[in-house]
Amino acid sequence: MPRLLSFAALLASWWIGSLLAGDAKLPPPPAVLSAMIAEARSGDLFFHLGMTLARVALAFTLAMSLGAAIGYLMGRVRLADRLGDPWLILLLNLPALVVIVLAYIWAGLTEVAAIAAIAINKLPTAVVTLREGARALDAALDEMSTVFALPRWKKFRHVILPQLSPYIAAAARSGLSLVWKIVLVAELLGRPNGVGFEIGVAFQLFDIPRLLAYSLSFAVVVLLIETLLVQPFEARLSRWRPRAA
Amino acid sequence: MRLEVDITGKTFRNAAGETHDVIAGVTFALDAGEVGVLVGPSGCGKSTMLRILAGLDPDFHGRVSRPANARVGFVFQEPRLLPWRSVEENVRLVAPRADAAKLAALFEVLELSAHRNHFPGELSLGLARRVALARAFAVEPDLLILDEPLASLDAALAGRLRDQIAVLMDNRSMITLLVTHDVDDAVRLGDRLFLLSPRPARNLAELRIAAPRNKRGDAEIAAIKLDIMRRINGDAAKLGAS
Repeated sequence: MPRLLSFAALLASWWIGSLLAGDAKLPPPPAVLSAMIAEARSGDLFFHLGMTLARVALAFTLAMSLGAAIGYLMGRVRLADRLGDPWLILLLNLPALVVIVLAYIWAGLTEVAAIAAIAINKLPTAVVTLREGARALDAALDEMSTVFALPRWKKFRHVILPQLSPYIAAAARSGLSLVWKIVLVAELLGRPNGVGFEIGVAFQLFDIPRLLAYSLSFAVVVLLIETLLVQPFEARLSRWRPRAA
Repeated sequence: MRLEVDITGKTFRNAAGETHDVIAGVTFALDAGEVGVLVGPSGCGKSTMLRILAGLDPDFHGRVSRPANARVGFVFQEPRLLPWRSVEENVRLVAPRADAAKLAALFEVLELSAHRNHFPGELSLGLARRVALARAFAVEPDLLILDEPLASLDAALAGRLRDQIAVLMDNRSMITLLVTHDVDDAVRLGDRLFLLSPRPARNLAELRIAAPRNKRGDAEIAAIKLDIMRRINGDAAKLGAS
C-alpha cells in the first residue's frame, strides 16, 4: 500500500510538472502512455527491450562469473592479489565511456564489442566485492572441513559458497544496476537496436514522448526483475538467519 | 591401531614478533579402545596439541604417528557448526554414509531428536555442543578428539552431557583423546590420564585407571582426584578450589 501511494505521488508530480513546463518539454502521462502503446502495437518496443535484456543477461553473467572467480583467487592467494591489484585499480577508475569507445574502435561496431565493454565495466566491482568475501572466510570452519576430510566440491558448496553468498548477492545487486546504466550508452554509441539506440533516435528527433516511453518501459522491466527475481533470491539465501538482516 | 605422539617443541610468534614456547616436550601413546585425557591448567597448550594431532598445524618439532587412513572425529571447543545448514544436515554432511537408524539412535542419546530441523543459530550452547558431538560420532571415527567438550556449561548440564559422552564412548572401540582442565571430568571419562605442566607444556605424570567407567564409585574417584592433585603441586586445597 505505501508503495502504491508513493507511485501515485510520483505520477501526480509528473502531471503537475508537465502543466507547468508545457507539453513540449515534459509531456503528460497520457501522451507518453499512448506513445508506449503505439510502440508496443508495432512490436518495436518488445524487440528493443528484448535486445537490451539479452545484452544485459550476457554481460552480467560473463562479468559475474569471471569477476567472482578472479575475486576469490585474489582473496585466497597472496601472489594473485599482488599481481592483479594494479589492473583492478586501473579498471575500477576507468570511465565507462572510454572502455566502450575503445572496444568499438578495436573490435568494430559489433555485438561482441558491446557485450565485452559492458562486462569489463562491471567486472572490477565484482572482483573487489568477492575478494573481500574470500578474505573474510572463517578459518575455524575451514579447519572443521579439513579435519572431517570433506571432499573439495562438498566443502565449496556447503562451507564456502554460503559464506560468499552475501558478497555474491551484493556484487550482483550493485553490478546489475551498473549494467542497466551502461548498456544504454553502449547501444547509443554503436548498436542498431535496443532501448539505448531508440532513445538516441528519439533524442535526435526531439520526440520526447517516445523517449520517455522507452525509458519508462525499461524502468518497469528493471523493477520487475528486481522484485520478482533478485529479492526472492536474496530472501532464500538468508532464510537461516534468525532475523532477516 | 595406535596413536604415538612425541612433540619436542612448538613455538608461537605473536603479532609483536616475540616468540614463546607453548609446548616444551609431551610424549604419550594410545591404543584402540583407550580414552586418553590430557589434563592441565588453562592455556598450557592443550588445544595447540590437538590441532597438531589432527594435522591442522604442521609447524612443530617432533613426531606424530596416526593410524593410517584414520577417520577423525573432532569436537572443537566452540561447536563450529555451519549456521546455514540444519542440525541434521550438519551431521549428514560429514557422514554421508551413516544410516538413518544409527543417526536416530545417536540423536536419541544426545537428546537432539526434537532439534533435527533447527538451525544452529536457534540452539543454546549446550545443544550446539551436542550437535558437534553427534557430528563427531556420526563419522564412526577411528580417532576421536574432544577439546573441552564440557567447558562453560552449568554443572547439571555438564554432568548429563558427560554421561552421554561416556555411553557413546563405550559403544565403539576407537582411540579417544580428551582435553580438559577439569580433573573431575578427566577421572570420570578417562582410562589413561596425562598430567601436563603449565605453559610450556611438559609431561608431569601418567595415571592408569583400571576400573571401567561405569563401575567407578564416588570414593574411588575422590581418591584418584586427590592423588592427581598431589602429583600436580602437592597442594590439594589449591587445585580443589579451581
